[in-house]
Amino acid sequence: MYRYDEFDQAFVKARVAEFTDQVKRRLSGELTEDQFKPLRLMNGVYLQLHAYMLRIAIPYGSLSPRQMRKLAHIARTYDKGYGHFTTRQNLQFHWPKLVDIPRILEELAEVEMHAIQTSGNCIRNVTADHFAGAAADEVADPRPYAEILRQWSSLHPEFSYLPRKFKIAVTGAARDRAAIEVHDIGLHLKKNDRGELGFAVFVGGGLGRTPMVAKKIRDFLPERDLLTYVTAILRVYNLNGRRDNKYKARIKILVHETGTEELKAQVEKEFDELRESELKLPEADIRAIEAYFAPPKLKARPEGDAVVSKAVKANPGFADWLRRNAHTHRNPDYASVTVSLKGIGEVPGDATDVQMDAIADLAEQYGNDEIRVSHEQNLILPHVARADLPALHAALVEIGLATSNAGLITDIIACPGLDYCALANARSIPVAQEISERFASQARQDEIGDLQIKISGCINACGHHHVGHIGILGVEKKGTELYQVTLGGSAREGSTIGEIIGRGFAPDEITDAVETIVDTYLARRENSNESFLDAYRRLGPAPFKEALYGHEAKAA
Amino acid sequence: MKIVAANRLTDGETVWLGAGDRWVDTIDAAHVARDPEDEARIAAAGNLALAANIVIDVTLVDVEIVEGRILPKRLRERIRAGGPSIHPEIGKQARNAALSAA
Repeated sequence: MYRYDEFDQAFVKARVAEFTDQVKRRLSGELTEDQFKPLRLMNGVYLQLHAYMLRIAIPYGSLSPRQMRKLAHIARTYDKGYGHFTTRQNLQFHWPKLVDIPRILEELAEVEMHAIQTSGNCIRNVTADHFAGAAADEVADPRPYAEILRQWSSLHPEFSYLPRKFKIAVTGAARDRAAIEVHDIGLHLKKNDRGELGFAVFVGGGLGRTPMVAKKIRDFLPERDLLTYVTAILRVYNLNGRRDNKYKARIKILVHETGTEELKAQVEKEFDELRESELKLPEADIRAIEAYFAPPKLKARPEGDAVVSKAVKANPGFADWLRRNAHTHRNPDYASVTVSLKGIGEVPGDATDVQMDAIADLAEQYGNDEIRVSHEQNLILPHVARADLPALHAALVEIGLATSNAGLITDIIACPGLDYCALANARSIPVAQEISERFASQARQDEIGDLQIKISGCINACGHHHVGHIGILGVEKKGTELYQVTLGGSAREGSTIGEIIGRGFAPDEITDAVETIVDTYLARRENSNESFLDAYRRLGPAPFKEALYGHEAKAA
Repeated sequence: MKIVAANRLTDGETVWLGAGDRWVDTIDAAHVARDPEDEARIAAAGNLALAANIVIDVTLVDVEIVEGRILPKRLRERIRAGGPSIHPEIGKQARNAALSAA
């Protein structure tokens, strides 16, 4: 993992001291709320319905056990005993007191963490594939580049007041697990014919009220040009992005209004001027950052196959979990494990302080000291010996985190929604919980296969509903909640935005509607290998519309 | 009918303007303005408290009286008054339940 150098440590400490003083001045009345609000947002402090909320950055979703224990400690000491892992690979505490936040930030700084750039119109936490550095299908580890981008973008004076927030995601595998095509900039790390590393560059993706899939403006950008090219994009955006209308201020609108070719020409022109500037990455610097992410020295554990096949025979629960929650590692003796934060009927993404401590212990015991947060709101232990999987599974059962549902219908992404969020129009979590309970049966989930449900409680789309195979958007209509359904979305390579299927559903209808959609898929799929998304792409919306609304048309 | 809701500066706790323009931490104790004049008065009192750095995010909330209790018309404000609907064990709802059990 990346370790802070002297500069990083001093920088974060200085920031804590600065914000501590700002909080003190706010509490004394020296600063008004109007003056203080932009300052607190720069430090991840929001105001929600019941309390303040503190959003803590987890760069590219990577955590050490020590950091996880600190988060558990904060949950226990300053909050209500739990934290919420988000689709931005971050963690939110929903109940901190303003008076405690300086102390919380001080504690975070002790473990090389902070809340800088988790809000505001700046470059936000850079996200990456949660299996980075471990996945068998990876060309190279994307995290060194995410770290280079983090260092470059931290308090970047030119890009601290952009027209709107700016999100960058990086993947190092052809299978996109980082949703790069729905980010402001998506970077796909790959090799060219000569075996050199570089990036396919996507720009202008995003969700929110105007969902758009990013456009590829470069098929291969040499790695040394990463910062010059990204700077060129940011400069074009900073200059031309709309500041007159918040809802049209994201780069996706600029790309759309300018046209991809023209925007690309502007970026290339800017890039030409910057190309040989000090932003050009020296080979030695890239390799130095890469060294921080050197893969752990994994011991040979050839007994894994025998241990796993014995456990599969002895324990059907383990077999289910292995099938869904273990991902192929580049070392055949190892696997990357998804620790589901989607227990049946639980709040997606929530973990208690006890669970966080336990995960830290397990990461030390079985996981080579690494933990990741996925944008799907699960935790990942990226390097577990297959021979240790039965023991790890047993330990996860003990703490209620062994649900075998990674990628299944109950592995639902949901934003906090109206239960917490001041922007929400409807609740998301209770909908997720009810769907989870309806489809609790492991056999039924396995029969349905890969199916992603994503739920947002407002048009800002923190729950990524536009790219859910089944997307659910909560709105407020005549003072009550109403849920609009979209089908066919995907955040994988070749992302698609889901299509609205028809009129929305009341809270007591939405789970039935999901079940109708699922039953229609099961009845119409060619065979059990045809996934929901593939079937939807083949069938189109008609059979689903008919199943959902056909009786209404007939009655009319 | 309206009440004034806000969040306390120091800890963010949801509070309402009660009798004597004191800030109370349960909606049952909120002062209900029943005419435009009183609405204007409580709104002004809320803004004074904002200026005095006692509370933030001051809002006027539409309410009705149902079975003798103050009920906000919008679900948002009802959740704000109780706590997250998914966690009956935390927030004001838990405190209120403990009080009524006592």
